[in-house]
Amino acid sequence: MSWLTPMMQDLLIEALGQTLVMVGVSTVLAIAFGLPLALLLHVTGPNGLTPRPWLNRPLGLVVNAARSTPFIILMVAIVPFTRLVAGTSIGTGAAIVPLALAATAFLARLFENALREVDPGVVEAALAMGASRGQIVWKVLVPEALPGLVAAVTVALVSLVGFSAMAGAIGGGGLGDLGIRFGYQRFMPEVMASVVLILILLVQGLQSIGDWLVRRLSHR
Amino acid sequence: MRDMPELPVDDPAIRLAGLSKRFATGGTLALAEVSLEVRSGEIFGIVGRSGAGKSTLVRTVNLLERPDAGAVTVLGQDLLGLDAAALRKARRGIGMVFQHFNLHHRRTVAENIAFPLEVAGMPHAERAARVAELLPLVGLEAKRDAYPAQLSGGQKQRVGIARALASRPRILLCDEATSALDPETTAEILALIRDLRDRLQLTVLLITHEMAVVKSICDRVAVMEAGRVIEQGPVLEVFTRPRQPTTRRFVAEVIGHGVPSETLARLPAPRPGEARRLVQVLFLGPHSTRAVISEASRDFGIDLDIAAGRIDSIAGEPFGVMALAAYGPAEALEAAFAWMRGLGLVIEEIAA
Repeated sequence: MSWLTPMMQDLLIEALGQTLVMVGVSTVLAIAFGLPLALLLHVTGPNGLTPRPWLNRPLGLVVNAARSTPFIILMVAIVPFTRLVAGTSIGTGAAIVPLALAATAFLARLFENALREVDPGVVEAALAMGASRGQIVWKVLVPEALPGLVAAVTVALVSLVGFSAMAGAIGGGGLGDLGIRFGYQRFMPEVMASVVLILILLVQGLQSIGDWLVRRLSHR
Repeated sequence: MRDMPELPVDDPAIRLAGLSKRFATGGTLALAEVSLEVRSGEIFGIVGRSGAGKSTLVRTVNLLERPDAGAVTVLGQDLLGLDAAALRKARRGIGMVFQHFNLHHRRTVAENIAFPLEVAGMPHAERAARVAELLPLVGLEAKRDAYPAQLSGGQKQRVGIARALASRPRILLCDEATSALDPETTAEILALIRDLRDRLQLTVLLITHEMAVVKSICDRVAVMEAGRVIEQGPVLEVFTRPRQPTTRRFVAEVIGHGVPSETLARLPAPRPGEARRLVQVLFLGPHSTRAVISEASRDFGIDLDIAAGRIDSIAGEPFGVMALAAYGPAEALEAAFAWMRGLGLVIEEIAA
């Protein structure tokens, strides 16, 4: 383990920290923007509470466009926007902007699917009991879909860990970037292996926590 | 008939007038000018095959389905004239029970029952008190904190009923409420609905594809086919004197003559020069069968053989159904049947 010098250790810890920050912050942002977006997509959809094709279709198109753009391209393409929001176009903070954007679109679709899984009968029963649309959204749709929403967040977290490896391209740092710079460009396979190992453990951990939460939340 | 205050027909609890509904433009009519009145305090059944429009009809009563034409008046209130907020308020006065229960999977029994109260903005303490009243009403005190997945079908429907009654509605709509349940549980749930109707003075409109349900708890019934009400009236009358072929088929489901085909095949052939007729005899009220049979046999010089028979009840009224094989001269048989009809018996030919 001669390669694991104190400096290397610091680098690994720093990179892990950057990955966690990028993934964590962008996930929080993606939930904050993705859930309302998903609810809007769901309630304005053909079988929603208030079908609005003129809103639903363009919205769906935008979400799909964001989802179909490869992340590395998205990251570069929105640099002006990133600079506007983060004040800079390089660094960990700047990487969070495209990550959050990609994750928002991704999560919006996953959330929408989870909402679609809610038994329409329960919604109908709530309508019959005189519930308003707002009450149906917050007292029926979201609570009933919660296990599915949590599962969606788990999937998004895991995908974001992968996306964040590309953040090195704009100086975002993180484990992926460390792996590329030291493991690949400086021929240090041990570093590459360590990075991969840490990422595997991270993903496994996130997945296990997510699965556990879903099990706890569903009462089926 | 059950004792029920005779209410003026012009003041029904639910009044549906000339309802029409077409789902897809150019499609068939789900409802074709349906008019119906449900009197206060009665259990009114709507029976029909799937696709007859009964589900659409019951859903117009709380406007889950908006008719294209017609009027919906519930407890004197014209629902189609209400704005969204007033309609939500009106819906709180109309409880509804569903075939698949439609419970919130992530809410406990108590939380499910409290849902309509929560929606109505009732404070937490009052909600808890009301739920505590409702649980024993449906016999679920022990299941208060259970989740729907931990309940049997019958228990789930009891939760559904308690939830429907939480905001003290005067009207209860049952959309195939027992169709997902086994026969025993069905009987239990129906008994519960009848009991609650009596105790809470509810008006119940239920739809079903099972005539047995109508027979066991309804006071009046309407038969639907292809979006129309083809026959309606007091249950006893519709059962004993069905006019439409569809109604006859429904009625036959529950009070069929019940003669196995082997028995029919083994009936002796008529003597030369005589006829044999197989009939189903339905009798209500005071007639003693034996007296009628022996009298007919003696007075008309015919032989009557009872192939099957049983005593049953409809809407609390006992009735008997019997399959007779009658032997004798054709005219004598005809005369005997005419005499029996004159006594109020309902006689129908059975295809051998």
